[in-house]
Amino acid sequence: MAADSIAMQSPQDLGEDPQTDPSQTPPEVAPADEKADSLWRDFWYAFRGNKMAVVSLVLIGVLVVVAIVTALFPSVLPYDPYQQDLSASFQEPSLAHLCGTDQQGRDIFSRILVGTQVSLTVGLLAVSISLVVGVTLGAIAGYKGGVVDTIIMRCMDMMLAIPSILLAIAFMAALGKGIDKAVVAIGLVSIPEYARIVRSQILSVKENDYVAAARVIGDSDAAIIFRHVLPNVLPSIIVRATLGISGAILDCAALGFLGLGVQPPQAEWGDMLGRGRNFIFSAPYTMIFPGLAITITVLAFNLLGDGLRDAVDPKSRRR
Amino acid sequence: MAKYVVKRILQSILVLLGVSIIVFLIMRVFSSDPAPVVLGEHATTEAMEAWRESNGLNDPIIVQYFNFLGGALTGDLGTSYYTHTAVTQEIMSRFPATIELALVAIIIAAVLGVVLGVVSAVHKGSFVDGFSMILALVGVSMPIFWLGILLIILFAGVLHVLPSGGRIDPLLQPVGGTGFYLLDTLLSGDFEAFGNALQHIILPAVALSMYSMAIITRMTRSSMLDTLNEDYVRTARAKGLPEGRVTKHHALRNAMLPVTTVIGLQLGSLLGGAMLTETVFAWPGIGKYTVECILKSDFPVVQGVVLLIGVIFVIINLVVDIIYAYLDPRIKYSKEEG
Repeated sequence: MAADSIAMQSPQDLGEDPQTDPSQTPPEVAPADEKADSLWRDFWYAFRGNKMAVVSLVLIGVLVVVAIVTALFPSVLPYDPYQQDLSASFQEPSLAHLCGTDQQGRDIFSRILVGTQVSLTVGLLAVSISLVVGVTLGAIAGYKGGVVDTIIMRCMDMMLAIPSILLAIAFMAALGKGIDKAVVAIGLVSIPEYARIVRSQILSVKENDYVAAARVIGDSDAAIIFRHVLPNVLPSIIVRATLGISGAILDCAALGFLGLGVQPPQAEWGDMLGRGRNFIFSAPYTMIFPGLAITITVLAFNLLGDGLRDAVDPKSRRR
Repeated sequence: MAKYVVKRILQSILVLLGVSIIVFLIMRVFSSDPAPVVLGEHATTEAMEAWRESNGLNDPIIVQYFNFLGGALTGDLGTSYYTHTAVTQEIMSRFPATIELALVAIIIAAVLGVVLGVVSAVHKGSFVDGFSMILALVGVSMPIFWLGILLIILFAGVLHVLPSGGRIDPLLQPVGGTGFYLLDTLLSGDFEAFGNALQHIILPAVALSMYSMAIITRMTRSSMLDTLNEDYVRTARAKGLPEGRVTKHHALRNAMLPVTTVIGLQLGSLLGGAMLTETVFAWPGIGKYTVECILKSDFPVVQGVVLLIGVIFVIINLVVDIIYAYLDPRIKYSKEEG
């Protein structure tokens, strides 16, 4: 826990604007700003030293650009990802079709590029759901304690008792296909992880003097949680959320692979893999490239998460 | 200790009750009407109504839940909408295949994970350390179904050394026994069938083990690094004990505590991963079966499987916690507070 307490003392580590936190010293007092700046610099210095993390950040930036550009200007794609041309089906990778074509003659490379939109959207939105709900529940449980804590955490235990992918699959089976439903299913199943992290961190933070001081001057429970306690647990939550995005992208691909993800003809990496299964030996490229796209994206978020953790947690940095 | 165990068991029962509620809510309340899927789009309204009535779907939801719970407690999970066979029977006939796969996978994951983790920690910064950290990173980043597909393409498609799917050559399939083919074939002395079953299980087990192996490697490494920096390890070194003895007797023993927990928990999550692996390798276990049943809205089966996996998961958690408390008395006090 020593590492966590070091990380907790520096909420600004992650570039939090000190002005958004009214509990901080007013911004016109120069030393606080300088301190925040130096903490931010420390964090950036540590993060920058981790080459893999920087590479992953650049890679994620590229993926985001690809997703946005292909959504706004589909004409930049080499081929129409939805245009079927049965006379061009199963063409091996070549200069004309970098990753080959699928059963319907659609260009796999173009479909992979478009698929970035689905994976990133599901990853970000699903994590947002689990983050908001999980952090709120965990904060209430940890701060309130007693019966409230018991009820919330036992509910979380119940959800954790079912493997998350199985739970997500069951949700999808009940809700039906579609990206929106995948976001909800994947978001719901990760709520307990965030609730647990936040609760345990809050239990250790809430005994600090500044929380007692806030209570003495009459701050409401909500104000104490949001102004004093949550900013201190933010670094560990951001690290978890970054890793959570990679988990959500994997779950999304798994749902797609099982035929429970997007509606056709939408391009989604897991769905592309699932459709290539019948041609595994005759056209392995229909499965190799979409899988590679999933792995690289997930790897990038995992590396970024590891880099962030090392940067906010000096103990793990030394390893 | 006894008080702690009783408390944990009571908690587990509550959790299981909650799992049954979650499963029921998802399958019966949130989901759409299964009648059109099961009977086909062209079924008449009367036929669908009669089908719903005969399957108890017209009862008030609370009555349906207590019927489900009462049945589950007496080992009756209902019947499949399609085969009209008891769900427990459907599950039990496929369960050994899944358990066998999960056990082989966890053995691979635990052995390789612990060895790689310990070697990486002891030789921190070495080539082995770098290699196992990359392996661990790729292991958690790669979808297991894609790894399975790559293994099939390489070992079955290109090298032709291992089968691409199935559990055993149908001609060699053991009759009766425990349902664990590796065990059955070995006990009956049929080594040809044993070899065949082994060949079939290698690829799915490796694919399934990868994620857990990555987690166990990382956990072992970081736990070993922590204990290697402890004062008692420094003391052991200071009094002149050989390094191998320090590593094995002083560091590893203590480092294994959290690793044991992780291995236990991974066994539970392997059951979730089995759904994907079994689908890729046409492995006739409950994972593949559940996916098929989900796709055709065979809800009693899905409910039964999710509940069963929940029960197994909770029991594993319980056992791991109790072992942990037994090994490390500090735990039970801190947990009693939380």
